[in-house]
Amino acid sequence: MISPADLATIPFDDWINAFVRGWLVPNFRPFFRAAQVPITLVLNNLNAFLQFVPMILTTAVFALAAWRWAGRGIAIFTILGFAFIDMIGLWPETMTTLAMIATSVLFCAIIGLPLGILAARSDMFWKIARPVLDIMQTIPSFVYLVPIVMLFGVGMAPGIIATIIFAIPPMVRLTNLGIRNVRGDLIEAARAFGSTEWQMLWDLQFPLALRTILAGLNQTLMLSLSMVVIAALIGAGGLGLIVNTGLGRLDVGGATAGGVGIVILAIVLDRITQGLGEGSKVRTISLRQVLTRTLRGKGAVPVAGPAARP
Amino acid sequence: MTAKIVVNGLYKIFGKRPEAALEMTRRGEAKEAILGATGATVAVQDASLEVPEGEIFVVMGLSGSGKSTLVRLLNGLVTPTAGQIIIDGQDVAQAKGEVLRQIRRNTMTMVFQHFALFPHWTVAENVAYGLKIKGIAAAERRQKALAVLEQVGLAAWADSLPGDLSGGMQQRVGLARGLASDPQVLLMDEPFGALDPLIRREMQDELLVLQKKLKKTIVFITHDLNEAMLLGDKIAIMKDGRFVQVGTAQDIVSNPADDYVQAFVAGIDRGRVFTAADVAADPVTAQLHTDSAQVALSRMEDFQLDALYVLDGDTLAGVVTHRDVAAALRRDGPGDDALGASLITEFPAVGQDAFLHELYGPAGAGLPIAVTDDANRLLGVVETQAVLAQLDSDSVEDPTAGAQDAGKDGSQTKEVAR
Repeated sequence: MISPADLATIPFDDWINAFVRGWLVPNFRPFFRAAQVPITLVLNNLNAFLQFVPMILTTAVFALAAWRWAGRGIAIFTILGFAFIDMIGLWPETMTTLAMIATSVLFCAIIGLPLGILAARSDMFWKIARPVLDIMQTIPSFVYLVPIVMLFGVGMAPGIIATIIFAIPPMVRLTNLGIRNVRGDLIEAARAFGSTEWQMLWDLQFPLALRTILAGLNQTLMLSLSMVVIAALIGAGGLGLIVNTGLGRLDVGGATAGGVGIVILAIVLDRITQGLGEGSKVRTISLRQVLTRTLRGKGAVPVAGPAARP
Repeated sequence: MTAKIVVNGLYKIFGKRPEAALEMTRRGEAKEAILGATGATVAVQDASLEVPEGEIFVVMGLSGSGKSTLVRLLNGLVTPTAGQIIIDGQDVAQAKGEVLRQIRRNTMTMVFQHFALFPHWTVAENVAYGLKIKGIAAAERRQKALAVLEQVGLAAWADSLPGDLSGGMQQRVGLARGLASDPQVLLMDEPFGALDPLIRREMQDELLVLQKKLKKTIVFITHDLNEAMLLGDKIAIMKDGRFVQVGTAQDIVSNPADDYVQAFVAGIDRGRVFTAADVAADPVTAQLHTDSAQVALSRMEDFQLDALYVLDGDTLAGVVTHRDVAAALRRDGPGDDALGASLITEFPAVGQDAFLHELYGPAGAGLPIAVTDDANRLLGVVETQAVLAQLDSDSVEDPTAGAQDAGKDGSQTKEVAR
């Protein structure tokens, strides 16, 4: 049988090797090294802070946030879950993982939000960005761990960078989606009243897209969490390291303990951010209305029920 | 009065090759042929209009007639393919970027069919939107917004969210938003189209009341000819992107330009289009103190009238009927004050701007209706038959002529009827 390989073979792997080793690494290494400075800075400070704050206080803050945005059940779960983590002796690792996730989400937001806004405003940019995002999400994360190690070395920061690459697409996608879904007639009204593009973004598009953007943030957070174990392969610490070590030593207990820690953290963070996204629209306004009402000294805004309508 | 809005030879063609399509349009080819040849859609073709300051110009057309595109051309939301738009001395067709934004902020605002209120802002914040865009401080914004909300009767809802309001109330907020930045020109794109008929009626009346006070120059888009007739000082009927006819409500109803307009006009309530002045005949009168009953009677017979209005100097004193005067003459014989004896002082009278539908009641008195001015001077007389003749669209071939002769025509018809 004839197969295309009989005619010609393509040394694809050699090409990539030549590109990465021969050109990218020697020429851009200093640039990539410099790029991880802000990440290292944020991560180290955040980690130090979370390690410094007593466990009881951190748990209290999370329980309060869970109670405010996700309900009482999740608040109780937070207290019990965090206590369990502390009791199995994984609190410091959990806080390191939390610092890593927070750093990753922060940078995803800082980079992803403007990209999403840009994608919503320019069809051309969106056409280019879309396949790139698809590739970022579908390519197995092990594949880009190698070039990342070559470019950034090993350690926490390269781990975070790998996580960012993996977790940023939903942020861009959902920011784009949220802004594009703002009703056309509202945009037209804003234009008709002579608003600039920036005014339109701040007054209209961003607030109305906020729910979708927060859903994107939640997705990014979840992807970051799932990446934590993989990033531990290139020297990122925290719970991922515990799992990996357990894996290496066939220590079922250790790996499971790390896994349970990740699951507890995932549930708490997911529920809080989801509650944030669902509640944001209604709550912020009612809160502000309550404030304005109180400040103006009025009893109550008239209820626009059928009976009150003229 | 100067023209606030001047539009000359305005074209809008959507599609990839507007120049080729424009060329074809100018040669007078049909919309469908142009779409086939160039793939371009002609939305507005050769529209020209002038709106004097303080008037309401209504553009009426069915969906797809290009009326929404036309109004968006006026504030530059849609860029014209060709033509000139001058609003308050500013060339909108050529304006771009900051210049266009300034025109939109200061000269004209817009009211939308589906209200287009910002759901995350309170009513007062929505109303103040135009002011916010202009960079006015928050406290002053709120104060102005509350003042405008007061005008549209929604001050109590200032801190509610638009979603809590009914459709009619939401559109009042939309109107208030349009008025808050005190523009000279108000563009209204089917503002009442999404409302229930009853609420729509209410809003139309309210707009007219507001307009009496504010005297804005308004371009009003609608698909409802009754609404157009009620609101418009001038009405343009639009079909396939072209103005089929431009004129006052009376012009359009009495002289439809073609079958298309005729078809629309057929369903119109003529009682709300024509006024007493349109059907009034020049009055035939007698003087209360100087004319004798004999004179009055012969005058009625000359003009074949049943009743005659009697003046006291310049002002209207009352009305006498043929029967009463004839009876009085038979009873008393020719006397000095015979007119006074048979004078009816309870007579139906209306102003000259009264619409025909307001004449139905007075017409029931069986006397011709006096058309008077504020000083109780007689301007004309409306025979009840003239009202009915004007309402019957089929019988009126040339109503302008018909209206003047209506008085005599009416009495002749009555003769036949007897």
